[in-house]
Amino acid sequence: MSLEVAVPAKERVSFRLRIVVCIKQVPSTEAKVQMDPVKGTLIREGVESVVNPFDEYAIEEGVRLKERYGGEVIVVSMGPPQAKEALRQALAMGADKAVLLSDRAFAGSDTLATAYTLSLAIKKLGEIDLVICGKQATDGDTAQVGPGLAQRLGFRQLTYVCKVKEINSESKKIIVERLLDEGIQVVETTLPALMTVVKDINQPRLPNVISIRRAARTEIPIWGPQDLNGDQAKFGFDGSPTQVIRIFTPPPRAGGQILEGEVPEVVSKLLDALSSQQVISI
Amino acid sequence: MALKVIKEQCTGCGLCVQVCPYNAIRLNDDGIAEVLESCILCGQCVDSCPMKALLMEEKHGEEATGYRGVMVFVEHEFGRINHVSFELLGKGRDLADKLTAPLCAMVIGDGAKDMAKEVGTYDVDEIYVVDAPHLREYQTNSYVREAENIINGYKPEIVLIGATTLGRDFAGALATRLETGLTADCTELDIDPERGLLMQTRPAFGGNIMATILCPYKRPQMSTVRPKVMPMPEKVTKDGVRIIGIEPVSTPKDLLISILDFIKDTAGTVNLADADVIVSGGRGMKGPENFKMLLELAQLLGGAVGASRAAVDSGWIPYAHQVGQTGRTVRPKLYIACGISGAIQHLAGMQTSDIIVAINKDPEAPIFKVANYGIVGDLFKIVPEMIRQLKERKEKARS
Repeated sequence: MSLEVAVPAKERVSFRLRIVVCIKQVPSTEAKVQMDPVKGTLIREGVESVVNPFDEYAIEEGVRLKERYGGEVIVVSMGPPQAKEALRQALAMGADKAVLLSDRAFAGSDTLATAYTLSLAIKKLGEIDLVICGKQATDGDTAQVGPGLAQRLGFRQLTYVCKVKEINSESKKIIVERLLDEGIQVVETTLPALMTVVKDINQPRLPNVISIRRAARTEIPIWGPQDLNGDQAKFGFDGSPTQVIRIFTPPPRAGGQILEGEVPEVVSKLLDALSSQQVISI
Repeated sequence: MALKVIKEQCTGCGLCVQVCPYNAIRLNDDGIAEVLESCILCGQCVDSCPMKALLMEEKHGEEATGYRGVMVFVEHEFGRINHVSFELLGKGRDLADKLTAPLCAMVIGDGAKDMAKEVGTYDVDEIYVVDAPHLREYQTNSYVREAENIINGYKPEIVLIGATTLGRDFAGALATRLETGLTADCTELDIDPERGLLMQTRPAFGGNIMATILCPYKRPQMSTVRPKVMPMPEKVTKDGVRIIGIEPVSTPKDLLISILDFIKDTAGTVNLADADVIVSGGRGMKGPENFKMLLELAQLLGGAVGASRAAVDSGWIPYAHQVGQTGRTVRPKLYIACGISGAIQHLAGMQTSDIIVAINKDPEAPIFKVANYGIVGDLFKIVPEMIRQLKERKEKARS
């Protein structure tokens, strides 16, 4: 199945931002992932899949930039066939097109293989100005795919973006604010760029009924390895240098203690306890 | 396909179907396990099968040769070396000794030679230094180019990087350039005694499970390591630390980003990633004005102020202070949760703290399940009393 989206550079008459948003479907955190202590295996009862929370901000930012500057938003995900649901949510939020990368050949991908596969899909989509990813996914928490993807694409890398201040259509400059440990860094670079976004950047919209219906009707092509012009050995399990050899439950926290009594007394007990454990130095 | 069902051994007991977190196994019409497309090769079913009828293919390949030693990336900002780099030198020494290989460090920056002297006060064998004015500030492209050059020249078998804001921007890009494996946010590192491989253990799913990860064939094996997990090593006085100056391969043209401004956060005293003590407030704080007393408590303890999502979303405190799944993951020595119920998203960001104190009026609040010390009561009485008693103790200590 093909998607007619590639636009040769010379046919681009006016500045239209072409934005790709990469998203991941993750297990909902509400369904607590636990281990079966006897069998030592994962239990995920009533697992519900959701769009990775950080990716909702990425989708929203893509749609807002499109609304501000004109252009289109294409949302891309790699995952099992049911990840189409996540893509439909992005479409309902205002993305124009969606592509799912799904095939057994992609199974077992670590962050290196995932970034590689996504980069091939983005290259196939033609000239892209901006790729937006969430800061990290809540299942793996690696924050590695965004930087990896920027390297593969040769795009400028802007992580932890909390605000897009300006995109200049003539100079193709973008100015963003990055949320760092000790404050906000304001930086400027030239498109094409890849940015990973944090929660502070916006408030994702709730899709309305009309947009949900439209999204439900939108065809989502599925691309496999044969659709991507890449090295088959770099996909999936074989293309992933890392290997999980053991999964286990962390030791449970030592039993807690509820301190009781009148306020001055409990506070005194608490400070004594913290002091004796050398957690505080008073 | 890397997951195989050995049909002859499968009894159709269905245990694998039950344990599969992705609903990716079913019993086919013959009552034999069948792996579906949604399989992500997590390997849970392999462990569950009593008949050993499920087989995960081992990664095959040839180990890259000629790589030796452990390399620590020395992170610095505003001319200060991040403490995590020293922690990594301590862990790196341990790993290098197990491999009977050298421990090295790489320092990239303007003034790197001076910083290398400080690095040399720890037990390290070789320090690679790229010192150039255009490397004054960290930028992904310039730093990755320099690190790539050092690694390709020196060929360490292990590269350790702090899992900091800067380190995670850097490591993901560097590992991709080197086309090798990278394991994020490790909390334990060891050497497999048989194969000599780096065993990298890290939390996943918000700390609810731990995974041990190998990078069997590609080199170097790369990890980012969570700050404050590995102990600070002792300084040593030793001779013979080799400092090797390397010519930069990047030029000012490789600075692809212009840094226009830096707006320092003044709302908290120190940043959350660095804080030994975090005092956090949630919905129970009732309003922005009440965070002042948390700041006072935090300052008395030499710590920083955190917040739950509820408090941030109510606009009481900036997002930079949010702890939890969509905020920051923190691991201080002491975490004091005030008026925070302890939703799982919040716990995911703080449950690996050394000591957790919870103050909440609801005795059923989930935060008490992870707390070492819990106080059921009115935080508006308890927090001021803590401040009062702490001041009193400080006075006493002084006199």
